[in-house]
Amino acid sequence: MIKNISNLGDSALYCDFGTEVNKQINSEVIKCFNNIRKKKIRGVNNLTPSYNKLIISYDLKVTNFKDVKDEIEKINESEIQKITNKNLEIPVCCDTSFSLDIKRLEKKLSLDKDEILENFFNQEFFCYMTGFIAGMPFLGDLDEKMRVQRLETPRVKVPKGSIGMTEQFANIYTFESPGGWNIIGNTPLEVFESSKEKEPNLINPGDTVKFKQISLEEYKSYNE
Amino acid sequence: MSNNFFKILRAGINTTFQDKGRNNLYHIGIPFSGAMDNRNYLLANKLVGNKLDLPVIEFAYQGPLLRFYGDKINIVITGDVVFKLKQKDKEIDGNCYETYQLENEDEINILSTNKSVYGYLAISGRFDLKLQWGSCSTNTKANIGSNEGKKLDNEQKIKIAEINENIVNKKINYLNSKIENIRIMKGTNFNYFSDKGKKNFLEKEFTVSKLSDRMGMRLEGSKIENIVNTNIKSEGLLKGVIQVPADGNPIIMLSDHGTIGGYPKIAVVASVDYDRLVQISPGSKIKFKEIELSDAETLFKLYEMETQNLLSQI
Repeated sequence: MIKNISNLGDSALYCDFGTEVNKQINSEVIKCFNNIRKKKIRGVNNLTPSYNKLIISYDLKVTNFKDVKDEIEKINESEIQKITNKNLEIPVCCDTSFSLDIKRLEKKLSLDKDEILENFFNQEFFCYMTGFIAGMPFLGDLDEKMRVQRLETPRVKVPKGSIGMTEQFANIYTFESPGGWNIIGNTPLEVFESSKEKEPNLINPGDTVKFKQISLEEYKSYNE
Repeated sequence: MSNNFFKILRAGINTTFQDKGRNNLYHIGIPFSGAMDNRNYLLANKLVGNKLDLPVIEFAYQGPLLRFYGDKINIVITGDVVFKLKQKDKEIDGNCYETYQLENEDEINILSTNKSVYGYLAISGRFDLKLQWGSCSTNTKANIGSNEGKKLDNEQKIKIAEINENIVNKKINYLNSKIENIRIMKGTNFNYFSDKGKKNFLEKEFTVSKLSDRMGMRLEGSKIENIVNTNIKSEGLLKGVIQVPADGNPIIMLSDHGTIGGYPKIAVVASVDYDRLVQISPGSKIKFKEIELSDAETLFKLYEMETQNLLSQI
């Protein structure tokens, strides 16, 4: 549960759930996020869940720190519902034209491409949070032996659909953007559809994801 | 649908549609966006007799040159802006916060913002725009919002869906006040910084860098030394949050900021100073002044009362 609530400026509550990054703490953040969202607290205009924090922003014209904090503290733990999460499968092509950093990964991890891909495709990921850019999911946890740092010099343009790896996480670049994650492949699936008025993002915090390797031919014909 | 429109003869540097912004989307990575200087946005809509939440054209530094085609329409420019109007064959210098009537083929030439950054152009009516998640605000970095998420471009047409029926000329006297001292509250990682770093932050001057835009304002000056960790586990960001990356130069998050970030938060700008903060142009010097949450709340209330008071005079 929330260990401490402080103010982040004059228009947000900073709810601290701990310092570690693990599924248990993150699940608590997500539960709390889902619950507060349903409550529709007066003046609250945004919620940002992350690994172990939840930021609750409000309109200072309508409410203030104390009033929002009182409402949050009133929420009874027993009311908090279980997360209803989805299990998703994301197709990924690791053709050399897409796996931009495979050489670097082989070197840094001291594993060959087959070993890296086998490990990557055999594990289940958990979505800790979405954001940074619209709809980008942060998926964990990669195996200890699969963990690498960001690129020393980030790319100015990471292609849309790229699957990246950094430390214990994998992510998906929902559109072309600058970025420093190690790119292992690319998905033809639209993970974020900005034309959708409701639920534009496919993967939400709390969902589980498995990646499925597809061939270049399957990739090319995927959206036909 | 009317046949009224503007033709863009020159788009300007960063000309976009903006309104009140989008709510409740941080959790999927979509920032608030909206007009950078909220007071000037509201004043623009009020002066042309619009509902206060309609989209307007926001420009930065050099604004657009527009030619109007159609019936009569009123326009107004807010901010601290130098502009000219070509009405029939005469050219006049325009005053901000004063409405002007345009007729077929009249032109507005927005030359520059004066020692400030953003200005606003509102029309007595409604641009022909679609809402995306409840807002027309354009976020050019994420390609979200009106005009397919892009800046306005040369030769483009800006269609007008509707012109208000009763057009009344209006005017107020308003002078944009400037600030150099930005009031802040300590951030959640204030203690990540050395005593000297904290002292530098609160006492030294910083220069606003040219690398500032709607996403963030970068500052240069005395380095702020981190003694704990130059990264934190990524967590939510808000406009006004001041992050300090490893290089020791603070960055203030502005309206189109990324929603999650991993640099320590040294401070957060008080909401009362946000409208004036965004107007500080590159090369200018600023200083930070620490205040308490209760002061920030009171100051914002007063600022908001002043805004409401200005609106009620129109």
